[in-house]
Amino acid sequence: MTFRDPYSVAGASLPLQETTTLLVVGAGPAGLAAAIAAANAGVKVVLVDENPVPAATMGDDVPHFFGGRMTGAVRNTGAMMEAFVASDPAIAEAFDAGVDLRLGTLCWGLYTNGPSVGWMPGPVAGLADGERSWLLGAERIVVATGRRDMGLAFDGWEQPGVMGMEAAVRLATRYGALASRRAVVLGTTAEAVHGAEQLAAAGVEILALVETGPAPLTPTGLPVIASATVRRAEGGVDGVSALVLDGPSGETRFECDTIILGLGTVPVIELLDSAHCRIAFDPARGGPVPVLDEAGDTSVPGIAAAGDCAGIWAEKTRDPAVAAAEGRRAALGSGAVDLPQSAYDICAYRLGWVRSATLGARTEPYVCQCEEVTAREILEVRPPRYLGAPPRPGDNSRDLVSLLGQAPSPDQVKRLTRAGMGLCQGRRCREQVAALTALGSGTTLDRVPLATHRAPVRPLPLRVAAPTGEDAGIAAHWDVWFGMKSQYQNFWSLPEHYTAAGRLAGKDGLG
Amino acid sequence: MNGASVIVIGGGATGLSAAWWLARDGVDVLVLDKGLVAWEASGRNGGGCSHHFSPLFAEEQRLWPLMDGLLGYPTEYTRSRVRIARSPEQWAQYQLGPTNAARQGFRTEVIDAKQIAELAPLAGPDCYAGHLCHWGGHANPHRTVQAYAWALQDLGGRVMQQTAVRGFERSGERVTAVETDAGTFGCDTLVIAAGPHTGALAQALGTAVPMVPARAEMIVTEPLPLMPETGVDGNGLYGRQTRRGNLAYGGGPHEWLAETGLDRMGLGAPSRAATPLMQNMAARLAQMFPLAAHARLIRSWAGIIENTPDGRPVIDRLPTCPNAIVATMSSIGFGLSPATGHVIRDLVQDGACSFADVSSFRLERFSRLEPDWREQQGWLAA
Repeated sequence: MTFRDPYSVAGASLPLQETTTLLVVGAGPAGLAAAIAAANAGVKVVLVDENPVPAATMGDDVPHFFGGRMTGAVRNTGAMMEAFVASDPAIAEAFDAGVDLRLGTLCWGLYTNGPSVGWMPGPVAGLADGERSWLLGAERIVVATGRRDMGLAFDGWEQPGVMGMEAAVRLATRYGALASRRAVVLGTTAEAVHGAEQLAAAGVEILALVETGPAPLTPTGLPVIASATVRRAEGGVDGVSALVLDGPSGETRFECDTIILGLGTVPVIELLDSAHCRIAFDPARGGPVPVLDEAGDTSVPGIAAAGDCAGIWAEKTRDPAVAAAEGRRAALGSGAVDLPQSAYDICAYRLGWVRSATLGARTEPYVCQCEEVTAREILEVRPPRYLGAPPRPGDNSRDLVSLLGQAPSPDQVKRLTRAGMGLCQGRRCREQVAALTALGSGTTLDRVPLATHRAPVRPLPLRVAAPTGEDAGIAAHWDVWFGMKSQYQNFWSLPEHYTAAGRLAGKDGLG
Repeated sequence: MNGASVIVIGGGATGLSAAWWLARDGVDVLVLDKGLVAWEASGRNGGGCSHHFSPLFAEEQRLWPLMDGLLGYPTEYTRSRVRIARSPEQWAQYQLGPTNAARQGFRTEVIDAKQIAELAPLAGPDCYAGHLCHWGGHANPHRTVQAYAWALQDLGGRVMQQTAVRGFERSGERVTAVETDAGTFGCDTLVIAAGPHTGALAQALGTAVPMVPARAEMIVTEPLPLMPETGVDGNGLYGRQTRRGNLAYGGGPHEWLAETGLDRMGLGAPSRAATPLMQNMAARLAQMFPLAAHARLIRSWAGIIENTPDGRPVIDRLPTCPNAIVATMSSIGFGLSPATGHVIRDLVQDGACSFADVSSFRLERFSRLEPDWREQQGWLAA
């Protein structure tokens, strides 16, 4: 029998706690349609969705930019679950169709074999609830993880009351738990307009939609302030109390309790990217999206994508049936995602907002709120302030290209400044760091490399992350490094020649 | 040709330190990297600086406290280390380091559970025993390697990123130029410090340097309040509490990979996928630090590193190409890098190392290596 290094994963097994034929991640329109279609075709389906997420998690702006504008209702776990189930009739339909639907269950990682991994038994998903995590093996996985909001730093944006449109719409329409009466919306994208209309219908007074450009991108009956610059959010103990704009006719002040970011809606590709599915920037589909083949499959065998995580555009935003149709096709491996007509240049649009609101800010707000990193610190690749390193003469005259090379990567910026390395896992600043990287290196947004996503794609307590089962060989041969005794042999007692036959066997311990 | 006196292939810790040491001597140096500085294992490791088994240990310990000043950029170096054993079995395993360090003049204290709880409160009150090492310590890998690059550039050295090497020009035995995607660059001396690609590059110059690439994984938590001692490890894990407060740890099984040929450098380089081993590490981290069991894991990642058959460095001239020096640190390169660069500087400039006996790094020790050594050692892909 072939000898295999027992300190390696060769020969180790990955204990799976359960298996299914199809796993669907995300119970939005696409995920529900996928799961129902597969179940109706006789396929064994597990559908997981992290919602409703715990109130404390919402408070960390995970997984959406809730901006602290949840009502007390979110603390009632049972009522939130009931509200979520009632919010979409397709959920009951899924139960009736025999879908094994688990709410409050998140997927923190997807794994398959690839160029540098060979010990997965097939597609594997890491799942968790509030108590434990476990592994599920599936023959096929449909990722339908939806959308989230791009953050935007401006003076005062760290206060409660600044939030994302998707977060606001979810709280208002799914749970009736949005603590907002008077709101101003930044952006006039189709997503901003559609969201503002839903919020207005839910009783939120929409004072205005704000546009940096001369005219709104999307027609709307709601009031629009064009050619405006966000000056600051004012606030008090309850967070935002007013938004001040600079426009052609001077300063305008809106008394409001909420400022809703609707300038960039982003496909949630965290699981797809961390599973090494090929991602490409498509300005017509909302930015970085998975590259899909005609069956809706990603570049990684066994993983498909559908719904908003595969691309966002106006028609899809307005009509959930578009995502649902994608979900049905992806579940059955029978069709591609629709291709939209590009309505506007998201690259120039998002850069315009960052240039105007963030680079134009007067108090240097934190772009990365978790790690407290400003735009200037990102552009000058400054070490974090807690290191206390004095500014070096001439540093502020160097641009990103002279500091990091011709094609600076947001990953370099992250590791050196820590922007995006915090608890919210970069969800509030990722697109801003990419935009600043583009602005700082004189390139366009679509040419900026994608900062890597990593599992777990949700913060996971160590005690929850601990495995339910562990391979006996891995447990018996767990070593701090490679388990090579010769590696730690002191240098004054090494043999003259090394041979495999004469190698020192056994565990060494780093000592 | 826009060449340099010395070309270094590999913008990792070893190559950039070597280039920086040479630039300090006024040597015209050019570093070529297929991707980005610090992008591979040099920027992804545990940041440990505690290599008591290496002939470079004393120089490693001498240099680290000086590095922030010498480079002019912060490395986050923090001296000392506490190693905790939660059981008598772990305690028995952890005796090698203090013994090796003592022989080289470095002091280690044995500490009890109460002292551990003071230095590393997250470990709780019930550890078996520990060592407080007045040596070793840790730094931030990515920050340090970028600091080498910036310090090198400050001295006039050049770094070309996204520039994969495709081959060499030779004159007789000597290498005269490096062929890349971005053109051909002449050199008087070549240093190959290209991590897992070092073997293929040396082979292209006629010498086999045996090595196998492997993938290893790490995890990191959200920031926690800083412990009085941040260089804390044990329980089968290596790592540190970062200066920001995150717990960054690794350990456990690795995955051996197929070898990477020269034609696959750049685009075809192995991806750096992580696996569910994140869970196994999380469990051990929670065991080591019971009071951090609530801490939230926010990332896991992997890196690709190479190992020679005995897991020890090769820093040597290639017998088939006398003006080429090959340097692989065999999966333990970051912490030693200040000293490794010094060795390579000495070999290039003076022909011999001035401060340590580096005879154990010679390639000739593998002259009797069996052709099927990889199979014998079981270093097989999964």
